[in-house]
Amino acid sequence: MRALTKAEMAERLFEDLGLNKREAKEMVDLFFDEIRHSLTHNEQVKLSGFGNFDLRDKSQRPGRNPKTGEEIPISARRVVTFKPGQKLKIRVEAYAGSESI
Amino acid sequence: MTKSELIERMLTKQPQLSAKDVELAVKTILDHMSQSLSTGERIEIRGFGSFSLHYRSPRMGRNPKTGDSVELSGKFVPHFKPGKELRDQVNESLGA
Repeated sequence: MRALTKAEMAERLFEDLGLNKREAKEMVDLFFDEIRHSLTHNEQVKLSGFGNFDLRDKSQRPGRNPKTGEEIPISARRVVTFKPGQKLKIRVEAYAGSESI
Repeated sequence: MTKSELIERMLTKQPQLSAKDVELAVKTILDHMSQSLSTGERIEIRGFGSFSLHYRSPRMGRNPKTGDSVELSGKFVPHFKPGKELRDQVNESLGA
């Protein structure tokens, strides 16, 4: 399955914005690093038109080892969730492909 | 952090670029990502996570105003799965 990668994003910045290859790569890296930095400091990220990255604190809950059936508590944790924005949702809804990706 | 704050923070680390360049770069990246998903292409960012589409089956819905049943067709919705590195780092911040 084809997937968009950072290398292709950098290539587009090089082609469309005329950044040099090094700058283009640094921009793409920085983009994801800054988002990650925010999220690891418990700060929500809101990218209008694209979506929001939210943080949710989950309390401890009972779990099971699926192999042995043994009960083990799943510890309290913090997780990232992504809520797509209206614009992205509308763009994606229009995708008519039958194959799930 | 909003998009404009993201642009400002990136700018402090790339001071040789103009604010306009950084703003355009962020818009171009987000548009590229939206464009990929809207053509059914996944996005994979190592250490960060991956975006893909999930299918929602057709279902009967209701018009909340009139209560009438309406047929809703199947559709795709964007989905993000955080990568292991991001998951671990975010989880570690819980105790901090």
